Amino acid sequence: MGLRHTESGRPLPLPNPTTQPFFDAAREHRLALQRCPRDGFFYYPRSRCPHCLGDDWAWETCSGEGEVHSFTIDRVGHVPALREYAPFAIAIVELANGPRITARLVDVSVDDVAIGMPVEPAFEDVDGITLVHFRPRA
Amino acid sequence: MGKKRAAIVGLSEWAPQRVWDEPMFSLEAHARLAAEVLADAGVDKAEVDGLVVSSVYESPMFGPSAAAEYLGLKTNFAEIVDLGGATACGMIWRAAAAIEVGACETCLVLCPSVIPPRPDGDGPRKMDFPIYLGGDAWGSPQGQFEIPEGLVAATPSFAMVAQRYMDRYGLREETLAKIAVEERDNAQRNPDAIFHGKPITIDDVMNSRYVCDPLKLLEIVMPCFGGAAVLVTTPERAKRARHRPVYVSGFGEHCTHKSITYAPDLLDNPIRVAADRAFKMAGTERSAVDMASMYDCFTITVLVTIENAGFCGKGEGEAFVSERSLRWDGDWPLNTHGGQLGMGQAGTAGGMGHATEAVRQLMGRAGDRQLGKADVAYVNGTGGMMAEQVALIFEGA
Repeated sequence: MGLRHTESGRPLPLPNPTTQPFFDAAREHRLALQRCPRDGFFYYPRSRCPHCLGDDWAWETCSGEGEVHSFTIDRVGHVPALREYAPFAIAIVELANGPRITARLVDVSVDDVAIGMPVEPAFEDVDGITLVHFRPRA
Repeated sequence: MGKKRAAIVGLSEWAPQRVWDEPMFSLEAHARLAAEVLADAGVDKAEVDGLVVSSVYESPMFGPSAAAEYLGLKTNFAEIVDLGGATACGMIWRAAAAIEVGACETCLVLCPSVIPPRPDGDGPRKMDFPIYLGGDAWGSPQGQFEIPEGLVAATPSFAMVAQRYMDRYGLREETLAKIAVEERDNAQRNPDAIFHGKPITIDDVMNSRYVCDPLKLLEIVMPCFGGAAVLVTTPERAKRARHRPVYVSGFGEHCTHKSITYAPDLLDNPIRVAADRAFKMAGTERSAVDMASMYDCFTITVLVTIENAGFCGKGEGEAFVSERSLRWDGDWPLNTHGGQLGMGQAGTAGGMGHATEAVRQLMGRAGDRQLGKADVAYVNGTGGMMAEQVALIFEGA
């Protein structure tokens, strides 16, 4: 299994050697992404750049500022352990520096979510790991 | 007209069921489908030298050889295809291509989706839908970056396609509802459909609860059990077959991503490339198509597929759907079997249902929903999150 679960059943990531630096940064409430010298930032963490397949990328801390590219309101909570949070917004966030990240939107009413809404990362420490959500940017 | 180098000559399809009351192993289901499709085609098993499967539960590795062994086949082509909802269409073109290049001559294409007996001998079982869709494998990007955020199953992903579409083009939810209603109308002519005898109205769809905005309950397929199969063979063999041969005259496949997050463009889907390649290969125009059989896991899937497959321009899907009747007796027949929205989504057999219905229509075997003219069909499959997509052109002999 590539997941572990909290006592309440919430699925949590199991980092591996390639992705560990992302989660190490998240624990410090930083968003770190890999940057290829030719093709720029990419996400999710990979062993090689998905554009040129080069391996001369480097980790960089980013602001994570972006906007909502699309979203949905999950009225059910398709992950059973997330039902207590429903309804909640899931969004594809397009970062200003390029990559798209899908995450839950927090600190916002589901009625206020809109495409184009400016957002920034919001970190949640859960059971020894830190999840990267997004929230409206002031 | 397009090339005629491989033809579908037989089919078998089981009525989808929410609860499968006849538990059988996947291998047993493969054998039953094979027997039925050969009988339907009037082809002897000794002629079969090709086999395409999608999943053999009792043999997670070596699936094709396990099925060949169980069925007692001597195959020159044994293949397994893993393209989600596009699997069946991907299986059919691989079979046709294998025949075209002479790798084999007569090929079984089998899509059972059943449930085995339980070791404790207990009775029938309902479906236990795997919401992680395999994304919980060790090292999986989905397991680390999406599942913990709640992006699981398929509904949230397709809902985000719909939301983006609405923002870009101002689509009304009633237009999506019309797709669900007219497919359900078609299911009223299909006794095998899970929603046969249960028509719905636009108001029913609009009043059904939101599952993932803007998608509502009646815009989402019902997962079921079932099974479906076709037999593909050479033109020479097809001429001696029992039914009108249905040529696989064009095909195209395109895939760029798995998760919707990494789709290059939420509204420019892989089917655009796949359909262009299929029509070009067939040498057929879209205007020649008598019926469309489009993968319909959700209503929005149909709308963006109509556009991206080139039946109308970008952003014109709402007008296209509003101005036409998609019913079997309408001016643009779509999913005349009811689609998966009306018939039920029986695993890979659900995707195969779009092909078997087109075959049925082109063979003139569609009964109460038979089209007056059925010579050219456009069929497609959509896997994952608008990810792997396959387009097929079928032409009657």
